Amino acid sequence: MTQLLLNIDPVLIDWSRAQFALTAMFHWIFVPITLGILFIIAIMETVYVKTGNPEWKRITKFWMKLFAINFAIGVATGIILEFEFGTNWSNYSWFVGDIFGAPLAIEGIMAFFMETIFIAVMFFGWNKVSKKFHLTATWLTALGANLSALWILVANAWMQYPAGMQFNPDTARNEMVDFWEVLFSPVAVNKFLHTVTSGYTLAALFVIGVSSYFLLRKRETLLAKRSIVIASVFGFISVMALIFTGHGSAVQVAEHQPMKLAAMEGLYEGGQEAELIGFAILNPNKEVDNDEKPYLFKVGFKGVLSFLIDFDTKTYVPGIADLVYGDEQNQILPTEERMRKGKIAMNALIAYKEFKEQGNEEEAKLQYDILMDNYKHFGYSYVKDPRDIVPHVPTVFYSFHIMVIFGTMFVLVFLIFAWLTITNKIENFKFAKLLYIIGLACIPMAFIASEAGWVVAEVGRQPWVVQDLMTVDAGVTNISSGAVQTTFWIFAFIFTGLLIAEVSIMLKFIKDGPAKPENEGGK
Amino acid sequence: MKILKRIFRFYYEGFKNMPRWGKQMWLIILIKGFLVFVLVKFIFFPNHLKTNFDTDEQRSEHVINELIKTAQDDTITTEH
Repeated sequence: MTQLLLNIDPVLIDWSRAQFALTAMFHWIFVPITLGILFIIAIMETVYVKTGNPEWKRITKFWMKLFAINFAIGVATGIILEFEFGTNWSNYSWFVGDIFGAPLAIEGIMAFFMETIFIAVMFFGWNKVSKKFHLTATWLTALGANLSALWILVANAWMQYPAGMQFNPDTARNEMVDFWEVLFSPVAVNKFLHTVTSGYTLAALFVIGVSSYFLLRKRETLLAKRSIVIASVFGFISVMALIFTGHGSAVQVAEHQPMKLAAMEGLYEGGQEAELIGFAILNPNKEVDNDEKPYLFKVGFKGVLSFLIDFDTKTYVPGIADLVYGDEQNQILPTEERMRKGKIAMNALIAYKEFKEQGNEEEAKLQYDILMDNYKHFGYSYVKDPRDIVPHVPTVFYSFHIMVIFGTMFVLVFLIFAWLTITNKIENFKFAKLLYIIGLACIPMAFIASEAGWVVAEVGRQPWVVQDLMTVDAGVTNISSGAVQTTFWIFAFIFTGLLIAEVSIMLKFIKDGPAKPENEGGK
Repeated sequence: MKILKRIFRFYYEGFKNMPRWGKQMWLIILIKGFLVFVLVKFIFFPNHLKTNFDTDEQRSEHVINELIKTAQDDTITTEH
């Protein structure tokens, strides 16, 4: 046993963060298409089974092929995140072990069964099982994929709003005491619904974009128009649900992560009748402790942010400065006070450990009670300066507004495509070519909006790796930053290669188009 | 037994009659699986706590020490 005394390297924290962000963002390129396109395929196949029209079978098989490419390239990219937990975030993994263990195990089992059983029937089962059995397998694949996503999102939601657990100072672990509280916490429910509906929206835009390509090339027009009808109606319902659940998420953020909400809106000074920013340019010189104006330019709507949070324009919304320095009138503790309480919790943990070693159970119990009384401030014992609890405001602010602006635009896109295809006017539409180009452009825009959503969720909660309980520097493993840097670049190289492979293969299959009617299974 | 045989034949024929593009996808999955589960997992990402400690008790002790030391200053004590 050797005793090593090592300094935490801030570079290590940044590289560990960067590596996790890179892996998660790459993984998220594939997941939303899978989540959404499976339902679109299931709807198409349902139409085929109902009508018996072989063209719908051809359409279904074409989108199934694109799903398969996305699935093949994307599969196992998420597992790298779990490896990173064990290597780069070992303190964090241990600290949350019980909470993460159960959902991730359920996810692994569900994904395994889903992938080996239902997907196999989807691809191998044509002409071998009955139409209805095949259709059932397709719907179950879609449901299975979404339920599989539920568990990892529940785990993520717990990091944003730790619930249903008890900290055990003997094991240094948060142990689950109420599975249902973890599963059905309002943050988890909103996060799941908001995330999957964002996947449905993205997948619908993917189908519209690819179909627009066919219409632009004047190829496969029937397939394209029918696909757009399904995708635009499905997409419109999804994007409306996305907006509704986005509102629900914002309400949860306001309650449990007010600093994130303040950063999303660039709100430094809070108050009643808080303004919702439609669009703004942030003042790069603005800091929490100076008197600079927060915006260089803004389009805002007074009282709307307050109203959206509580249906009352008079609702108080704290700003960044209020959360850092406190606001007695609105019962917001200054961060310094929370740091003090965090240190009390930490000192109680140290004392508890010592008394336990001495076998003094009575004193240990006393310290345990002090620890528990102050546990909700535990993570503040790692905060060195009150201003450290402010995330990078421009990243959060612009990501949030890009997401919202694009999301609002998608409502119009779905409506226009739905109207023009349902009335069969799309090919004669005066601006058809422009519309097809917009349809195509919506594919990268949907990815940008989707990734931006995760940036808001994850950068917005910095410096917390578990809200109020653990900061990033406490969760990181003290390994060489050079090793993390090396694997970062290896991943960047591999992921770029895989992305190029995905896009090239996908483009090739899109250019080839669906199988000819007489050669459905062979292509 | 009969049902198992039918399931086996279902998968066997499915793989056997798979179109070329399907086989390419499987090749990608297998290469990626090898890269992820063999190279990435064992060479670059050993589980820090499992590799360096034998029991859960030692792991708990180590993490508690890390949590305490990180809070006290920017120094971590690690026992191997």
